[in-house]
Amino acid sequence: MNRLNQRMQALKASGRKALVPYLVCGDPCADATVPAMHALVKAGADVIELGVPFSDPMAEGPVIQRAHERALAQKTTLRGTLEAVRRFREADKETPIVLMGYANPVEVMGYAAFAKAAATAGVDGLLTVDMPLEEGGDLNAALKAEGIEPIFLVAPTTSPERLARICAVAGGYLYYVSLKGVTGAAHLQVDSVKEALSRIRKLTDKPVCVGFGIKDAASASAVGALADGVVVGSALVDRLGAIAIGANAKTEAESTSCDVLSPIRAALDALVTRA
Amino acid sequence: MAVDYKVLPDSRGHFGPYGGRFVSETLMQALEELEAAYQRFRDDPDFLREFDIDMAHYVGRPSPVYHAERWSRESGGAQLYLKREDLNHTGAHKVNNTIGQALLAKRMGKTRVIAETGAGQHGVATATVAARLGLECQVYMGEEDVRRQSLNVYRMKLLGAEVIPVTSGSRTLKDAMNEAMRDWVTNVDNTFYIIGTVAGPHPYPMLVRDFQSIIGREAREQMLAMTGALPDALVACVGGGSNAIGLFHPFLPDASVAMYGVEAAGDGIETGRHAAPLSAGRPGVLHGNRTYLMEDDDGQIIETHSISAGLDYPGVGPEHSWLKDTGRVNYVSITDKEALAAFHRLTRLEGIMPALESSHAIAYAEKLAGSLPKDAKVLVNLSGRGDKDIHTVAALEGIRF
Repeated sequence: MNRLNQRMQALKASGRKALVPYLVCGDPCADATVPAMHALVKAGADVIELGVPFSDPMAEGPVIQRAHERALAQKTTLRGTLEAVRRFREADKETPIVLMGYANPVEVMGYAAFAKAAATAGVDGLLTVDMPLEEGGDLNAALKAEGIEPIFLVAPTTSPERLARICAVAGGYLYYVSLKGVTGAAHLQVDSVKEALSRIRKLTDKPVCVGFGIKDAASASAVGALADGVVVGSALVDRLGAIAIGANAKTEAESTSCDVLSPIRAALDALVTRA
Repeated sequence: MAVDYKVLPDSRGHFGPYGGRFVSETLMQALEELEAAYQRFRDDPDFLREFDIDMAHYVGRPSPVYHAERWSRESGGAQLYLKREDLNHTGAHKVNNTIGQALLAKRMGKTRVIAETGAGQHGVATATVAARLGLECQVYMGEEDVRRQSLNVYRMKLLGAEVIPVTSGSRTLKDAMNEAMRDWVTNVDNTFYIIGTVAGPHPYPMLVRDFQSIIGREAREQMLAMTGALPDALVACVGGGSNAIGLFHPFLPDASVAMYGVEAAGDGIETGRHAAPLSAGRPGVLHGNRTYLMEDDDGQIIETHSISAGLDYPGVGPEHSWLKDTGRVNYVSITDKEALAAFHRLTRLEGIMPALESSHAIAYAEKLAGSLPKDAKVLVNLSGRGDKDIHTVAALEGIRF
């Protein structure tokens, strides 16, 4: 069974909430990413979403846009991202990795070639932001053939009928976008997340991770009480992006990853203890 | 084999392998809502009547077809005709589409419109209809284009629109489009995104084409009335490609009519500094559709270059990609230098100052005319007037105002 599905099932069985940090590969520099990923695991990450740098990240807010720009300035693209996963796997064969990116780099590499390279590197899931279900048939088939799970976004505007079709294909977890808007926008509305999750739960028993707007222990705790997991993106990327490129970048990326994630892990674990 | 050009795109917005709807889940519902509204109104007599009345009394349509006799003589071959979209209210073809989309926005109950703009013509056309309909209007424009097209920036402000300079990426049209998409995702409840060209996610390439096809429908009748025959060739510039599709589409079934879409070769295709994805790019996915793009081996979109802001875009409408692959339209390119020379020549020979975008079509039409007999007829889409480019042309000649 795919490492990602296995991890999500184990979390569910133990009642633990999934903590899913997101960082852009190569931000702020190429050699900081793998150390940061290991530090994230140490600080309690259950799954890592690794952003694939793209020149036109249409769905991102300013914080993550700039991360893509920094990573591209360091010449990290899809191949570099797969290489980072391969190096991460030398020391960690357990933590599932989901690549999150845009369609075009995968289009250019070719679906089958990408799926094969990603599986070889040790990728477990792929979330292609601008590849909705309707366009993704060939890509999703190529992924499944290599044991990689397609991950899908679910929005506040996703209809029950669409959700059912998404669930028929989706692997791993559903990534519920808690806000209308781009990544890193405004603040979370817990009531609307609650209402949406109860709608989603009626239609599927797939695990649901919530992202967009989770920036600290308090917001993670509020959402964690409702969802199966939380995605922490802009809050982490904002801090990683502030690190100066240089000899200390690796150790700073490690300590920053730990600083951002540890309090959120503690808040999520407190939910379980309380329950 | 006969192709039925009227049936495309298919129900999912595909022109062969191109087009489609490649957007985040957060935009799917908004696009479905727009598609449903358009399907409801595209054949609605009230909607069409209102569109026609606006075209006649507000835009000043039909725009004339003008036989440029002196320019034809100097070009030494075929007879050259100009479809005068430069004479439209606001000075370009863009207004045909913004009126269509704004009427749709009104019927959908939206109170705010947003747009992206390169040269500023689409921004001006959007700000114009927003002023008239009392809609709030914000226009995204790359910082680099704000600098190049300061006159249009001021026009938009006078019309009551807010121009938001975009500082991400290459600071041009593609980045303005990214930013407008981000705005739309955030404010989708009250906001209508008026896309200015035949690109973007379905249904935009279809609905922009339908609104712009008034150019070709008029031109077809006008040429028949003036000359008793269809033109032998059509020429139009292609950035995103809305003026070209608008002219070409009603002629697609007329097998005798050759068609030429003219891309911006910038400093020359061989230099890599150009904006000609159909001539020198390859298919990929950007801005919601699959189409020919300017991209590198890693699938990153590369920066484009053209003297004309309106052609400075790394993609192209998906229907053009399909028309290229089927061979129905020939896609060619013209350099900055050639376009600039054509700008001056038409101005001096006919007293008509073309936009730098349209000057690419003018330059290619001259070459084409030279290779054709004197009784051949070439119809060129003069998509916009050149007033907005006076500062750019003057600066190239070392003149400062």
